Amino acid sequence: MTVRHHLDKNTLMRFASGDLDDAFSVVVASHLAMCEECRNELRMAEDIGGSLIESEEPAELAPGALERIMSSIDVAEAPLQRRESLARDVFADVPLPLRRYVGNRLDEIAWKTAAPGVKRKRIEVDGSSSLYLLHIGPNKVVPEHGHGGAEMTLILSGSYQDALGRFQPGDIADLDEHIEHQPRVEPDAPCICLVATETQTRFKGFFSRLLQPLVGI
Amino acid sequence: MRSVAETTVILDDDVHQASMEAHKRLMEQIVRTGDRAAFKALFVYFGPRIKALMIKAGAEQAVADDLVQDVMMTLWSKAHLYRPDRGAVSTWVYTIARNARIDRLRRRSSQPYDDLDDVELASEEADAEACTLASQQSEGVAIAVADLPEDQRQIIECAFVQDLSQSEIAAKLSLPLGTVKSRMRLAYSKLKRRLEVYQ
Ligand SMILES: [Zn+2]
Repeated sequence: MTVRHHLDKNTLMRFASGDLDDAFSVVVASHLAMCEECRNELRMAEDIGGSLIESEEPAELAPGALERIMSSIDVAEAPLQRRESLARDVFADVPLPLRRYVGNRLDEIAWKTAAPGVKRKRIEVDGSSSLYLLHIGPNKVVPEHGHGGAEMTLILSGSYQDALGRFQPGDIADLDEHIEHQPRVEPDAPCICLVATETQTRFKGFFSRLLQPLVGI
Repeated sequence: MRSVAETTVILDDDVHQASMEAHKRLMEQIVRTGDRAAFKALFVYFGPRIKALMIKAGAEQAVADDLVQDVMMTLWSKAHLYRPDRGAVSTWVYTIARNARIDRLRRRSSQPYDDLDDVELASEEADAEACTLASQQSEGVAIAVADLPEDQRQIIECAFVQDLSQSEIAAKLSLPLGTVKSRMRLAYSKLKRRLEVYQ
């Protein structure tokens, strides 16, 4: 998989320091699962945390802390042996961090029609941001929209084009609130993407306003 | 000839590097034989540092102490998941502490991070060269972080240690949110450039 559109570096740092909410963490983790390049960058960002923990001035532990942990590990089992990885389903095309929400296969997702040519699967997560999958038909144009807040779109299948280029599986559009875009799905296949939005997306224009309550994003 | 100051820095790095390798060996002993003494040594080193981190992130003393126990328990029970080709033991300890902080202090889910570990688990076994490179990178990051300009280092510290969100950082430092974001990106690319020698 050749990924061309990656995470914004600020997003990567926020993920490394644990600052993203659940919806955005799932999208970022799903991109990372598909993108070795960003996984390497994440390690570097996490090394920052490692170096800071090393340079911390040690705090005094509560009395008996050492005895407490030593008796906990006595009760616990010996360190687990290498557990079997969840990543063993060879037919799975859903990225691992998303599987606990929607299962392993894209063709087994229970879609709901949201608008002509647009199907949706809402994913329940804690927090104020929303997370959903979209299935958009070939040639379909998503109305031009700015964002009330940050928005991230990860392509899982198919492709679309907009002013920022062509987005294929693994590519992520990690957009700031001020960017407007108008994706057009390519003719050969529908596009399935995972989307997190910070607040209500504000569609512009007549069709858009028509579509918005239906898409419900 | 090296100046005295330069020599001192290099000696410090050697000491740091030595402790990094020592920590990796302790992890190996835990995985191989369930070595309690090795675990104890890691607890004595990391326990008080984890606690310091949690207190700076806003935890009460008792909560910080509980979190030390949780993090070190995870280190013990998931020792086999530590990948020396992914970085120093301290980097791994940081990720466990971060996840505990997300679950306990932020009351969100660290599940996406665990699932991502599973992706790494499915990938190939580490070779010796990758482990050495990872150690060099961890070491390089530590030096580069200490060297960052104060305004960038401060933002990193707020995010990674004090666990502040970007808008909290903006408010605390009286900066526009956009400036916080751009300083974060600047810090990132500065570190990255410093590390190019290892790649
Ligand atoms: Zn990437």
